Amino acid sequence: MHLDHAHNAPTAVSADAARPDGTRRALRIGLGGPVGSGKTATVAALCRALRDRFSIAVVTNDIYTREDAAFLLRNAVLPPERIQAVETGACPHTAIRDDISANLEAVEDLEDSVGPLDLILVESGGDNLTATFSKGLVDAQVFVIDVAGGDDIPRKGGPGVTTADLLVINKTDLAPYVGSDLDRMARDAAGQRGELPVVFTSLTGADGVAPVADWVRARLADWAA
Amino acid sequence: MTTRAALLVLADGRFPAGGHAHSGGAEPAVKAGRIRDAQDLADFCLGRLHTTGLTSAALAAAAALGLDPLALDEAADARTPSPALRGVARKLGRQLMRAARATWPSPELAALAEARPRGAHQPVVLGLTARAAGLGPADAAHCVAYEAVSGPATAVVRLLSLDPFEATAVLARLAPALDQVAEQAAEAARHGIDALPAASAPLLDISAEAHSAWPVRLFAS
Amino acid sequence: MSVTATARIRAVADGRGATSLPVLESGGPLALRRTRSPDAAFARVTVVGAMSAPLGGDRLAVEARAEDGARVSVDSAAATVALPGAGPDAGPASYDVRLSVGEGAELHWLPEQLVSAYGSELDMTTRAELASTARLVLREEQVLGRQGESTGRLSTRLTVRRAGRPLLDQQTAYGPGAPGGWDGSAVLGGHRAVGQLLLVDPAFEGGVPAPRLLGPTAALTPLAGPAVLVTALAADARLLRAVLDEALKVLLKESKALRNA
Repeated sequence: MHLDHAHNAPTAVSADAARPDGTRRALRIGLGGPVGSGKTATVAALCRALRDRFSIAVVTNDIYTREDAAFLLRNAVLPPERIQAVETGACPHTAIRDDISANLEAVEDLEDSVGPLDLILVESGGDNLTATFSKGLVDAQVFVIDVAGGDDIPRKGGPGVTTADLLVINKTDLAPYVGSDLDRMARDAAGQRGELPVVFTSLTGADGVAPVADWVRARLADWAA
Repeated sequence: MTTRAALLVLADGRFPAGGHAHSGGAEPAVKAGRIRDAQDLADFCLGRLHTTGLTSAALAAAAALGLDPLALDEAADARTPSPALRGVARKLGRQLMRAARATWPSPELAALAEARPRGAHQPVVLGLTARAAGLGPADAAHCVAYEAVSGPATAVVRLLSLDPFEATAVLARLAPALDQVAEQAAEAARHGIDALPAASAPLLDISAEAHSAWPVRLFAS
Repeated sequence: MSVTATARIRAVADGRGATSLPVLESGGPLALRRTRSPDAAFARVTVVGAMSAPLGGDRLAVEARAEDGARVSVDSAAATVALPGAGPDAGPASYDVRLSVGEGAELHWLPEQLVSAYGSELDMTTRAELASTARLVLREEQVLGRQGESTGRLSTRLTVRRAGRPLLDQQTAYGPGAPGGWDGSAVLGGHRAVGQLLLVDPAFEGGVPAPRLLGPTAALTPLAGPAVLVTALAADARLLRAVLDEALKVLLKESKALRNA
């Protein structure tokens, strides 16, 4: 039974933690990062790892409309009614940071149509290192970079690398081929991020997404507490 | 009574109500080769301003004046034969409603949100928003008329890599026409819903339907 | 001398499955003739003599009422050509079409094109009031200028209300003196023939046809009610008619299938 229409409630303007009926809404986690770093693959792997225990939905923010949503649909990581695409007018960072209205609609539509949900993953369109999610949209954010994008990215920092709640350094299996130094990336990331966690993943291996999935499970436990 | 600064807040392109993802029909016009340069953009904007721009501005002015928003919403449906554009208008109306209620909460906005949970037509919501912000019908009409041309101009800068100075100059040169359309819209609103203009643009309607079926596009409309 | 004239049609069901025309009044240049209908259930009226009207300053009107249960089809023998008036002070002409369709009644309003000749000024309005179970087929075509000629000023408004509520409201303004941009990339894109075909049918309450393109400059769109509108632009009248004829054929077939379902 799902009675709330969040858009009707006087308080429902942003990332209020409670639904209008007082129950706790789904945890919203944003996944951002540069083009090609593996955001969509990470989302797909997270859905597979978590969908049996949690009720999940995904919002994609494509640069060219529904490509990422189509990928998730093709790979059947979730039923189609649990995946919504937001169009961003050639400006993916605007849709997740400056004007989050379309993403909030999508998030609430999902809770209305398939809810109650435990977790909504909001995937940004591939963008630059400064793209971060508004706190009005998500409760926590993951920034995904990859070793092939250059092992100096953690050193360069930027809001995504520096402030994301979790930094994922993906495609570690490629490190030997592209000459990336994983230890250096880990040191630089720690230097930029202090106590904030960093994980290394290779989604080609079995359960390669486990470090990210574990972190999400911990956030879910905190959220439900 | 009214505050000019409130109008600036509402008309600001950064007002978070979803407009940035829409090209106002400019994307299909660029693809069809109908917009290739600043002159074409000016031509497109002028046509849009005098058609859907005027119609929308008058709906907004009427809502700002206090006419029944549900009747205006119905009038907007009748003036929007394209289902793609009706969908866009309601989606943007819903997004604007969210921003409006966070910035200028009002019982009238809440009542419309309650009556149209999937969104009312954006100009109607904008008119009520203007009202809630202490603005008048002419302000609401100005705001909507300006949106009718600023959206395509911004989009064409991205789509054609058009020189942004040229695009802004196009908008500046439209200022007298914008003032005239806003005035006409506000005047029409004083004569009731049936007197509101219904100026339409066949190409915008047809190309909106085509665009909504594109598998790959940069803008939602 | 300018003309003010109204032609009137009233169609009633005769109780034996056919429709009679107790009122069939010609007015000025608009002469009405009862003509042979290909469908026995319909009365048919043809407007003749409008090919050189209205002239500037003329005020012409046609009123057609299909009373409850009546079925009537109105067409015209030739295109209507808006022409400049005599002298510089003739002023614009007006042409008002008033349609009303009762419960269970059906009106087909299928005139030939309206041609806006160079130098003419015409304000045309079409208003249709429909009962909730009324059916309406309506075609409007505007041709901007005769062969090889630039256009006059033509403004139109089409307003359709169903059960007292607005269903469709469309206004156009083309030609010299019309607001800027009318011929540009948002409105006509240089096309010289523009037309609309409207089908209002209570059968669409059960499912209105899906929107679709009928070529690069024509679209079929379901309205926010049991009605479908085809909007088309073309280089000339003949090409426009071909698109609208094809659409009409398809739509009538779809609505028939819905009613028989």
